[in-house]
Amino acid sequence: MGLSHQSIANAHPEIELKAVCDTSSYVLDILAKYTGVKTYTDYKKMFAEEALDCVFVATPSRYHAEVVTAALERGLHVFCEKPFALDPSSGYLLAALAESKGLVNQVGYHYRFIAAFNEAKRLLDLKVIGKLHHVRVEAYGPVVLRPKGSTWRSQKSEGGGCLFDYACHAIDLVNYLVGRPISVSGTVLNSVFSSDVDDEIYSTLQFGDGFYGQLATNWSDESFRKMSVKLSFWGDNGRINVDRQELQIYIRTLPESLEGFETGWNTRYTTELTAPVWFYVRGEEYSAQIDHFVHCIKTKATPLSNFRSATDTSLVASLMRTDAEKPRTAIESPNEQGGAAASPSSKPATRSLLGRLFNAGRS
Amino acid sequence: MDRVLFGDNQFFGVNHMSEEKARTQAMRFQHIGAVIEVLEDAYAEGIRTFMCTTHQRMSEVCDHFRTHREKYPGYKFYPCLPYAHKYANAAAELGVLGAIRSFLPQENALGALLKGGMSLARKDIEGLAELLVGAELKMFQGLDTPIIFLQNVATDFLLGLGFDEAFKIFADCVRERYQAEAGFITMNAPLLLKRLEKVGIQNPIICANINKIGFRMCGGMQAYDEMITQGRCRLIAMSVFASGALPPKEALEYVCGYPQIEAIVFGASSRRNIAQTKQLIDGLTQGR
Repeated sequence: MGLSHQSIANAHPEIELKAVCDTSSYVLDILAKYTGVKTYTDYKKMFAEEALDCVFVATPSRYHAEVVTAALERGLHVFCEKPFALDPSSGYLLAALAESKGLVNQVGYHYRFIAAFNEAKRLLDLKVIGKLHHVRVEAYGPVVLRPKGSTWRSQKSEGGGCLFDYACHAIDLVNYLVGRPISVSGTVLNSVFSSDVDDEIYSTLQFGDGFYGQLATNWSDESFRKMSVKLSFWGDNGRINVDRQELQIYIRTLPESLEGFETGWNTRYTTELTAPVWFYVRGEEYSAQIDHFVHCIKTKATPLSNFRSATDTSLVASLMRTDAEKPRTAIESPNEQGGAAASPSSKPATRSLLGRLFNAGRS
Repeated sequence: MDRVLFGDNQFFGVNHMSEEKARTQAMRFQHIGAVIEVLEDAYAEGIRTFMCTTHQRMSEVCDHFRTHREKYPGYKFYPCLPYAHKYANAAAELGVLGAIRSFLPQENALGALLKGGMSLARKDIEGLAELLVGAELKMFQGLDTPIIFLQNVATDFLLGLGFDEAFKIFADCVRERYQAEAGFITMNAPLLLKRLEKVGIQNPIICANINKIGFRMCGGMQAYDEMITQGRCRLIAMSVFASGALPPKEALEYVCGYPQIEAIVFGASSRRNIAQTKQLIDGLTQGR
């Protein structure tokens, strides 16, 4: 991500790239030789020696808090890669610190900059599909496809795993589009190939007032060429399906004020929704989020994805991890007498649904 | 360069409008026979150039065209490298250096490995580029590849970094090693042209989105218009239909309205669509 940000930021007409810092002196030597950029291997030295306005932090996740704190203390505006702080309490402290200093703070949840998702937000905010009762968010892709891997992404202690990667993107989009859930339950963190981290996450979300959701993410799915995120919303006046390419909306009763749509199915494509960017490397959203950061610094606006919203996302992810440890409701086979026999694998705290049903039936 | 070139996005589940459509296409072209059938349809319609990524599956297509060379006189490939997802996925798993190492030639290879190791250690970008380009182009051995392209994700990434020297290294490498011309695919053509000229690549071959709605034409339509009409580069227009957002005739009238545009690349899956597009371009080209 660091090199990708460097490429896009360096091409921005209002950004002057002063220096880069990395632990790989190999990569730094090549960058210095061929692009002329000044390089550091110690970020503290870079902060001390360079006159900077802002910094992009794209270290492995567990160093985010340390580097971001140092940057804020220097009075720098900060763009930090997601998932921001792994520990929500430290994330909220950093958000408060940035806010108290009036510093622009942004996190790289780039899906918030995809036009189709923003069109979904517009339609949801207008309540075009009525009162929501269900949302399903899915993220699939081919990251871990065999039982190996030696980078920080495969280590739990480094903030690796699908939960703080794919699932955080999915959670963040849900938070952005319909607000943060009030509870999570039935969470499954499962490994497909990885030995130390989860490769797939499933969870039930509750938003209150009869509105629920389900999250399904899996980064060990080779059938996808790259990460693919899709959301489906059900309301009492219709349905929305949206991914980065297109938005489909089914409207039962067309609101009078809504122009350009008809009753029944409507489709909007990315080609018509996406605003042009000044420079394109790998998707408009990566450029748009950096342009947004510059815009927020100039206008002192709050970024669409900021330390606080990103910490809300980390909070939901952390709660999913806690929830996944909770006891399950086991289904036990009835014994010959018609009662319930404890399954050998059931934990003591597990409640037996079938057993209770049978008992209730007999009484 | 031929006026009409055939592209390959449709064969590999790439569709900028719909994931559903992309998946349907991926299923249809799961077996390479289905790809070859479409290429034969295109050939029958008079399209003699296939502009394709160095996706691993392409090696089967190359095998077919090598084996049945006599069936396709005048057939040319324009390889576009690297196949970036391969590197991105490997980099996520192995780190940047690990990914590069994993794609250096493995076989026959004591020399190549040593050279790769040496190139890596000496930060010798020319040597490294030569090995990576060689690894990507191996599947095209014995086929006619007069132009070799750098894919847009690589071009634009390097362009953003300001690593302009890489374009020269690439151009020298394909000229010296493959007697081919270098081409550059980009979403930022006006900026790229300036940088290519800066490193001494005159009248470069540039393949860029050129369409009536300005879809992925970074720098703006005015900058594109100036670049096209100044005639300082040999242009191939891609994404002329803006991923299906434009009706074919309207889309092609716009592009063919620029006599400076040398070629048009498009992808299609049915004989009918191939024929329609080819005939429309031919008609609009002759009428100029």
